[in-house]
Order: sequence, then C-alpha cells, then structure tokens
Amino acid sequence: MGGHQVVPDANGHLKENNYLNCDKSIKSWLLTLDHKRIAILYLVSILSFFFVGGISALIMRSHLAMPQAQVISPDLYNALFTLHGVLMIFLFIVPGIPATMGNFLLPLMIGAKDVAFPRLNLFSYYIYVVGALIGFVAIINPVWLIDYLQGMAQGVWNPLDTGWTFYTPYSTSTGAGEGWGVILMTFAAFVLGFSSILTGLNFIVTIHKLRAPGMNWMRLPVLVWGLYATSVIQTLATPVVGITLILLIVERVLGIGIFDPAKGGDPVLYQHFFWFYSHPVVYIMVLPAFGVVGEIIPVMSRKPIFGYKAVVFASIGIAAVAFIVWAHHMFTSGMSAFSAAIFSALTFGVAVPTAVKVFNWVSTMYKGSIRFDSAMLYAMAFVFLFMIAGTTGVYLAVLGVDIYYHDTYFVVAHFHYTIQGGAVIGLIAALHFWFPKMFGKFYNEGWAKFSFWLLFFGFNLTFLPQFVLGMEGMPRRYYDYLPEFSSMHQLSTVGAFFNGLGYTLALLNLTTSAIWGKRLAPSNPYNSLGLEWQCPSPPPHDNFITPPVVTSGSYDYGYPIEERSKA
Amino acid sequence: MGSHSEIIEAGAPPEPHHMDSTTAYHAAKLGMWLFLATEILLFAALFAAFALYHWWYFDEFHHASEKLDWRLGALNTAVLLFSSYTAAVAVYAAQIGDNKRIVKNFGISVACGLIFLIIKAVEYSGKYAKGYFPGTDLWSDPNFAQSYKNYFGIYYCLTGLHALHVIIGMSVMIWVITKARKNRFSGRYYTPVELGALYWHLVDLIWIYLFPLLYLIG
Repeated sequence: MGGHQVVPDANGHLKENNYLNCDKSIKSWLLTLDHKRIAILYLVSILSFFFVGGISALIMRSHLAMPQAQVISPDLYNALFTLHGVLMIFLFIVPGIPATMGNFLLPLMIGAKDVAFPRLNLFSYYIYVVGALIGFVAIINPVWLIDYLQGMAQGVWNPLDTGWTFYTPYSTSTGAGEGWGVILMTFAAFVLGFSSILTGLNFIVTIHKLRAPGMNWMRLPVLVWGLYATSVIQTLATPVVGITLILLIVERVLGIGIFDPAKGGDPVLYQHFFWFYSHPVVYIMVLPAFGVVGEIIPVMSRKPIFGYKAVVFASIGIAAVAFIVWAHHMFTSGMSAFSAAIFSALTFGVAVPTAVKVFNWVSTMYKGSIRFDSAMLYAMAFVFLFMIAGTTGVYLAVLGVDIYYHDTYFVVAHFHYTIQGGAVIGLIAALHFWFPKMFGKFYNEGWAKFSFWLLFFGFNLTFLPQFVLGMEGMPRRYYDYLPEFSSMHQLSTVGAFFNGLGYTLALLNLTTSAIWGKRLAPSNPYNSLGLEWQCPSPPPHDNFITPPVVTSGSYDYGYPIEERSKA
Repeated sequence: MGSHSEIIEAGAPPEPHHMDSTTAYHAAKLGMWLFLATEILLFAALFAAFALYHWWYFDEFHHASEKLDWRLGALNTAVLLFSSYTAAVAVYAAQIGDNKRIVKNFGISVACGLIFLIIKAVEYSGKYAKGYFPGTDLWSDPNFAQSYKNYFGIYYCLTGLHALHVIIGMSVMIWVITKARKNRFSGRYYTPVELGALYWHLVDLIWIYLFPLLYLIG
C-alpha cells in the first residue's frame, strides 16, 4: 500500500489511509496480512463466542435459581456446561488477549512494521475458524440433525456432555452425538491448538528478531514480556494435549487401549497428559492480562513501574513453574500420595511470583497521581479480584483441603475469579485502554464506568456465594441441589444477570463508539511513553511514519527527559 | 505487498515489506527450530505412554516386540540415515549456489523416504496377515491378550505418526526441488533448503529413537 499518503492532523489523528480505511473491500479484510486487521478479525470472532458462552451460562444459572426447578432437561444441562466450557476456554479466552490485543500491539510496542510471519498469522486465524466450525458441528450433533431434517429423527437429541475436560473412560465410551460428538470435538480442540501454537511461535520470533533499534530486552514493555512468556507456554504445552486428543480419537476408532481401563489403558495417564497442557493454559490466559495491567497502572499513576525487573522475571518464573504443577488437578485421582505431596509443595511456588506482581502493581500506584479512568478501574478491579483468586488457589494447593473442596463450587468460584476476574477483566481493560489507538475515537466514559460497576458488582455477587456453596459441600456440574443451598444459588443467579448485563453494556458502548463515535482521539491521549502511542491513531498500514529509534524505557514517568533510562 | 515481489532475479532473496532479508533468514530459522520443538513434544506424550505400558506389561511387551523383524527396522534406519546425509549435502550445495546438486541430493532423500515407506508398508501388511492389526479376526478374539493390543496400538501410533512426518518431509523437499529447478537458490538465499533439511533431520532423529525402543529392547 506504499502509494497512500499518510498525513495525520496536528493531534496525531489519522483520518485517511489508516489501517481501517486504506482499503475498504471485503476481500482486503478477509485476506489481510496486516497484524492490526487480523487482530480485529480475531476480536469479532472471540467476542461472538464469548456472547454465546455467556448465554449458555445464564441459562444454567436460571435453571439453578430453584431446587427441583427442571427448567431444562438433565441432558441439556450437561450439554450446556460442556458448551460453556469448550467455548469459553478453547474459542474465547485461550486466543483471548494474545490473538487480539497481542496481535494489534506487539509490533507497535517493539517498533516493528508487522509480526515476523504475516502469512502464518493469517493462516493461524483461518485454522482457528476451521476449528471453531468443527466444534460447532460437534456440539449440534450432525447425525441427529440430518435425521431430523429428513423427518426421521429417532429418540432424543444426544449432544456432547463430557465437560470440556473429556475425561476417560466416559469420553471413550459415551454415545453422545451417535459416537461422533467426542471425536469431532477433540479434533476441533486439536485444530484450535495448532492455531495457538503458530501464534505463539510467530510472537516469539517477532520479539527476538524485529525489535526497533534501542529496544533492548530490559526496555521491553511488560505486556511484551507477558506475551513472550505466554507464547513459550503455547508453543511447548499445546503439542502434548494435541497428541493426547488424537490418541483419544484413535482409541475410539481403532479400539486400541491407551486411556480406557477396560482396554488395559490408564485413565490417570490421560489426566496427566491433559493437565500437562491444561494447567499451563491457565497462564496462557492470565499472563497477558498481567501485562495489560502492568501497562495501564504506570500510565494512569504517572509513575515508573515499581520493580520492572522483578515483574519481568516473575512472568518468566510463572511460565517455568506452570510446567511442573499440573497434577494438583488430580489429588483425588488415585495417584500416589508421595507425588501428590510433591505437586502440592510445588504449587505453593506459584504464589511467589504472582505475589511479587501484585506487590509491584500496588507499589506502582503508591503516592502516584492516579487517574480513575474506566481502564484504570478495570485494572484495579483486576488486582483486587486476582488477589482473591490467588489466595483461594493456595487453599486448594493444600492436600487436605483440596480432598474436601475437589469438584465443588469452591473450585468453580476459584477459577472464575482467576479466568473471568483475571483474564476477561484484563481483556476488557485492554480494550478500553487501547481503544483510542485501535479506532482513533473515544468511547462514552460515563457508560464505561457505569457498566464497569455493574459488571464488578455482578461478578462478585455471582461467585462469592459459590465459595460458600463449595465450603458447604455443593458439588460442581450437578443438575439439582438440596433446598438448604437455595439462598446462595439464588444470589449467584441474580449476580450472573448483573454480570452479563455489565459485559453487554460495556461491549455495546465500545462497538457503537467504534462505528458511530464522533469524538476523535489524538495519537497519545494519556501522555504515555509507550512506543505504540507514538504512531498516529488509528495507525497507518505500516504503523510508523518514520522507523522508530528507542532511547528510553517505557515507564520513565516523573523524570526530566534527559535523565530517562540512565539506570 | 504487491506484484513486484513476483519478479525476482535468480538467486536473490525475496524482500518482505516489514524486514530486511538477513533478518528474514534468521527469523525463519528460529521459527523452524521452535516448530521442531513442538514436534518433539508431540511425540513426547507417546514416548511417555510407551514407557508407562512397557513398565506395566513388561513381559507382554517383550513377547510382542519379538513379532517385529529387527532386520527390516535396521534397514530402514540405514535408509533414513543415508537420506539425512544427502539432505545435508543439499544444504551445502545451496550455500555454494549449485541448484542442480540440490535437485540431485534432495531427490535421493525423497527416494529414500519412499523406500522407507515401502518397507514400512511391507511390515504393516505382514502384521495384518498374522492378525496383529486392529480389525482382524485375531485382534477381535477375546482370548487375544489385551496387553499385546497395547503394544501394537502404541507401535502403530508411533510409527504411523512418524510415517505421516516422512510424507510431510518428502512433500517439503519436492517443493524445494521444483524451486531449485528454477535456479531460485544462491549463497545469498537458501532458507527453504535449510529449513526443509532441518525438518528431514528431525524425522530421521525420531526414527533413531523409535527403532531401538520398538524393535530392540522390547
């Protein structure tokens, strides 16, 4: 697109020839190699799946508002929690921040024109789309659907009901989807894993090879470090779950005994393989969110980030520890007490780097001149919610406690505080913070704050009661419950609707402002020192008008220019 | 991005719009090494499963492995080792800009890959004839020891996945050969030759672990 004139106005707003409007054809969007457009494609896709996954959660919560409610059938309930888990994990939050904000920001933050392999980037997106389509076919159960359309549906709809973990032997024997459900869904997860691997690989190479002159490793923004740690996990952990899911398919199709005890296989081995990926995947979700918060808090507090090196090494440390704690998901699986004790002790180790990060964020805010913009509210909510998530995680790492809490609502509440309170809030915070850069416009701040409070209140009302339910012994994934659990379930249901409404309003505010917004954003509305704010808003196709040279760190707030980065 | 990238002088590196050609070379190489790491982890779970069941069903695995013909396995090892040598020669030929020698040496590697697959197919069909194969009468017989099925199950998974990689590696080398026939490579630009050879070495390396595990120690 070299022929386009790139002329921003005095504030750095770029009206013509920015990445959004330099080529308007649909083909130019669907076949784009521009990391910023690919980020938008991902954003639209993952938010659609977030919406569907959220609706499925609200249906479940409505059903659980009363004991013996029987609003939906047990089979549908099982299908809904499977759908909710699969959508939210594989289609929404694993690509989540890296594929959307990471794709958009990584080249801008390191001063590059694009990621290292733009074609591979687009290819990753289409692998993701194919995986999503296969997943939907698996859920709606094609064999039944074809029969139904031909008017010869026999029996009842028999959708996938394994939960997102596909534990054997149930997954190797269930007839869900006339036997095709598990095969198609695990294949979908395998395909989606490929997309994740290729994105991670692309990011690692980009960070190693495409940093602008002067952007040395210890000047990298913490979000880039977060994405780097994430990419390492994506690249190294995903192949293991990939082959595991393929083995599950092979086992079902050929009758070879690998994970099914009836065929001489070992279901605990399946759990080990599954969690070898699916524990690190939690850090794939939350490490980029750490990075987002680490970007927002210094800018909004007008202070250098506290303990930059500690933040960086904590990210790398979390990625390393991520690989050696997986079996804490399996304390009740029948593995040896000795290994359980070791994994419990190692799991405590996760608390150290995560606590270092929390202290860094709080110390960065200390004595800063804080702006309470909506993005900052989200970032502070993240710190608050993540502290609850982290401390309850330490309870669950204790062997004796976990035996009692395993598979109860306590665990459900814990990981929703981690994933929703951490990763999803991180994504929403990032969308609000970088929105002026992405779309060159401002959103309505009043609506943003209102939806934030609604969402924050709703979230806590949904999941704080679930801690109590778990402590009282309410098991997860149950279709029904005893009357004494009613009040907490009802609070949770009411909270879920507030939570859902909050997300809907927040995202509607952003969407309408992106399309019809009138207030134009300058290139650097927060006076940030980050490199991504130095190019026009929205950025032109090639990002920077002149190739940037970096002379100071990203967080040298409060120093005169000539003293920046002397350290 | 435009049509100008299609018209390239022979042996000159393609110019991506977002980085210079030296960076592109190093980026591609780092990307390939990372990809090879993911391949190793893909096989790692299967190796771990093999180790577990070898320990659980020690005697049965021993007996089952004796049904394999170690001479065919050894022959295949030699074939793959030789093909790795010619792949390495092809990279050297690319570095000195000898496109004909790339075609010849990668051609030999592809032929070796084909020989490997033919020998593998002979082995598979022999197993099928004896019934050690999913779907045969013997396999479906309830008296046929379950742990034999575990051994052959993992054997087919490991060697099948490896054979798939052989096919992918051959396809990559054939693609490089078509480019070399158009004199696309020179000392200034030989990235695809090097990456193709790296991939082929990995395919060889995995087999070097599979052969003793499956055929020799049983």
